[in-house]
Amino acid sequence: MSSRRLAKNQPTDFKLSKKALKEIEVWAKKYPKDRRRSALIPALWIAQKDADGWLPEMAIRELGDLLGMAYIRVYEVATFYTMFNLEPVGTHHIQLCGTTPCWLRGAGELKKVCESKIGPKGSVSADGKLSWIEVECLGACANAPMVQISNADGDDYYEDLTEENFGKLIDDLAAGRPVKAGPQNDRHTSEPTGGASTLNTKGLYNKIKAKKLPNSQAKKAAAKKKVKS
Amino acid sequence: MTDLRKVNIDGTEIEVPADYTVMQACESAGAEIPRFCYHERLSIAGNCRMCLVEWVGAPKPQASCALQVKDLRPNRDGTPANIRTDSEVVKKAREGVMEFLLINHPLDCPICDQAGECDLQDQSMGYGSGTSRYDEHKRAVDDKFMGPLVKTVMTRCIQCTRCVRFITEVAGVEEIGLVSRGEDAEITTYLEKSLTSEMSGNVIDLCPVGALTSKPYEFNARPWELEATESIDVMDAVGSNIRVDSRGGRVMRVLPIINDDINEEWISDKTRFIWDGLGRQRLDKPYIRKDGKLVAVTWGEALDLAASKLKADPETIGAVAGDLADSESMKALKDLMDALGVKNMDCRQDGSPLGNGPRQEYLMNTTIAGIEEADALLIVGANVRHEAPLVNTRIRKSWIYSELEIAMVGEAYDLTYDYDHIGESAVELEALLKSTKGFAKKLKAAKNPMILIGQGALNRKDGLQILRLCGEIAKKYNMVREGWNGFNVLHTAASRVAGLDMDFLPKNDGLDFTGILDGAKNGTIKTVFSLGADEIAPNAFGDAFVIYLGSHGDQGAHRADLILPAAAYTEKDALWVNTEGRVQMGRMAVPPKGEAKADWAIIRALSSKCDRTLPYNNIEELRTKLFADYPTFAGVNVAPGAEGATDFDPSKLGKTGKVNKAPLRSPIADFYFTNPIARASTVMAECSAVANENMINEAAE
Repeated sequence: MSSRRLAKNQPTDFKLSKKALKEIEVWAKKYPKDRRRSALIPALWIAQKDADGWLPEMAIRELGDLLGMAYIRVYEVATFYTMFNLEPVGTHHIQLCGTTPCWLRGAGELKKVCESKIGPKGSVSADGKLSWIEVECLGACANAPMVQISNADGDDYYEDLTEENFGKLIDDLAAGRPVKAGPQNDRHTSEPTGGASTLNTKGLYNKIKAKKLPNSQAKKAAAKKKVKS
Repeated sequence: MTDLRKVNIDGTEIEVPADYTVMQACESAGAEIPRFCYHERLSIAGNCRMCLVEWVGAPKPQASCALQVKDLRPNRDGTPANIRTDSEVVKKAREGVMEFLLINHPLDCPICDQAGECDLQDQSMGYGSGTSRYDEHKRAVDDKFMGPLVKTVMTRCIQCTRCVRFITEVAGVEEIGLVSRGEDAEITTYLEKSLTSEMSGNVIDLCPVGALTSKPYEFNARPWELEATESIDVMDAVGSNIRVDSRGGRVMRVLPIINDDINEEWISDKTRFIWDGLGRQRLDKPYIRKDGKLVAVTWGEALDLAASKLKADPETIGAVAGDLADSESMKALKDLMDALGVKNMDCRQDGSPLGNGPRQEYLMNTTIAGIEEADALLIVGANVRHEAPLVNTRIRKSWIYSELEIAMVGEAYDLTYDYDHIGESAVELEALLKSTKGFAKKLKAAKNPMILIGQGALNRKDGLQILRLCGEIAKKYNMVREGWNGFNVLHTAASRVAGLDMDFLPKNDGLDFTGILDGAKNGTIKTVFSLGADEIAPNAFGDAFVIYLGSHGDQGAHRADLILPAAAYTEKDALWVNTEGRVQMGRMAVPPKGEAKADWAIIRALSSKCDRTLPYNNIEELRTKLFADYPTFAGVNVAPGAEGATDFDPSKLGKTGKVNKAPLRSPIADFYFTNPIARASTVMAECSAVANENMINEAAE
């Protein structure tokens, strides 16, 4: 990690969209009137999505005015959390996990893929489609190595990566081809490769009316993502 | 009843209030606890870890600043908890913290202004391990711009966040923050804008290392070369207690002294950085105007001329005392004028109508510390932030910690706290007197209500009528009663209360300030003795002969026909009376410049030339006379407060009559330029320029 500063080149004009303002208001209303600042982190999230994945300086000031807090306080929070990008990012912003489990499972090779396809760490590709940074553990160690890719559609995990499927994933994203989130091999979420090896006794669920989990269908249906708010 | 708890500190059992922190408990047991981030007057952060102590039985050392005595569980056998500040664990913990702090701290003490008065330096000597085991790279941090007063060397910063807490809590402008995290954490202002607080200099004192130091004082002196003199500030009527540090006859810097009744531990930027004005534009020789030009002359010549002018018909002579005149010189001048038979004298060069009633009429009776007991405050025509920054911080403190309700009649100013803005003109006071809603309701419900009247409400044609209205409000809402006096006048001139206390006012049918000026214009007043009266337009004296006695070549000296060079406030022993009526003694830190002399001594010498030799040969004899004539001066360091409140009827003050609709406006247009010393200071000029620029930028947005 290095010092996080606001980008040198800032847009001359920036205003949050009406939609973003509405979403921020939803969060701000959850708190008493004199505690609107409590909604700062969700507000920063929304602003970041609204501003193509990063926070321009004018957005920081706008949030300060919106939530009734000093600009320096917004700036403190925005610089504290590395999930807030202070410099422009690509359309698809890859956050590559380099923490021990991922590293042991080959994150080092994935870095090389990024370096060859996008550029050095922290850079944006020439066409502006891709950018990448290394992050600390994202909590999907069972599917290591993994990356999180943030774009206008959301922030999705792409897991069980190899040099090959990761290279293809990046190419697909850059070309605008549809991609599938989640494990990139045939695993279902974090089940063992090749299917479940325990709790598969026949008749195990006979006496229980098992409820289907909401994500049990996700494997087949091409997931249609919604913006998380 | 205080909830008391027993605690065993280093083997001694003591009883302390339950809400004490372990650090306070240790200190009351006589144990010294090192600290960096903890400060009595700021909130607790607990991030430096230097104050670790051992709580016997606890698995880890505890940060004593953030642990309360009431949270200490007694030992299993029921005996009070054991705290150790001298054990091996504590010694090791301190050495460890010190080592961590020094990892990234540069070893640049030889070129650091803080060296010699640095907490980190002292504590590493006292508690450090002596050697470092660290041979990696140290981090380096870009320096930040914080304005013309605060110099930053951010690599030295240990992230104690005292400056962040001070600016947010006490100064009331959220401008400094700790950005980034971990090893990259940095202290900065938003986009490196300059600080807009008039209290910003205090972060220099608070900084335990050399990260924030004084820009004007940069590389000027070492603390061990300086001679410290405790004195009183005269930049406003608060009378902040200061320490004047000098070297070789020059004032090198000004620092605050703790006085909980007045300035607590802070001083305003004007008080702190005024010292460069003490060396500029000084009057160091007597001057006489000959053919339109001021020519340097000897003392004998100057005094002879002054005496010849003063021996004329007393009806044609007037005397005006300025804002920086000390009590002794005013007393000497008044005695001289009395001896000469002059009745035209005034110490109110702003045309204030105060001074006709009892002493409570013109004092801040609640006292500055008393603000903390008030629960409702009505400000009338005062920009407290600029007129008395330390009163303003006290109001803010009360607003934060005891939920003081504040309302304002007069022009709206950013005072760093919220208030109900009732309206701009004094007409609103009439309405408030009749109203039963809004703030009137709050005043009625309040236990200790107070009113604070600024000079902006009084220095007007209808000043006496406004004073009456304020008095009636004070009466109606029971602000003055046994044990509580909520009637307050806020002064801006350091000399004013002393002048009023000794009746430096027109005698019988004598002319007051405006009378003297009118007389000077139409020729009935031929000679004006100006005791450092500098806030008067140069053409206001008409063709009168002006004798100016003062320290700086400002407006007053430019108009003068005869200049008697005198001592500035750091160059004389003098009594000052602050806006609370508290008499305080200022002391001489450095000798007067050149041929200049102490003010009272000049007047004494002049009196013998006038054949009216004043009956005192030294300052002690003068003070004895002063105390005998005006006993209030004898009570040094005490404010009368609510004394005599039962005999004081505020509704009888001033005059009845109609008040003007013009908005009440503070007399201070520029905080940094309120007196001749400030106008001579380049640092103040720079601050004023930055403040104006900020104002323009804000208006543009």
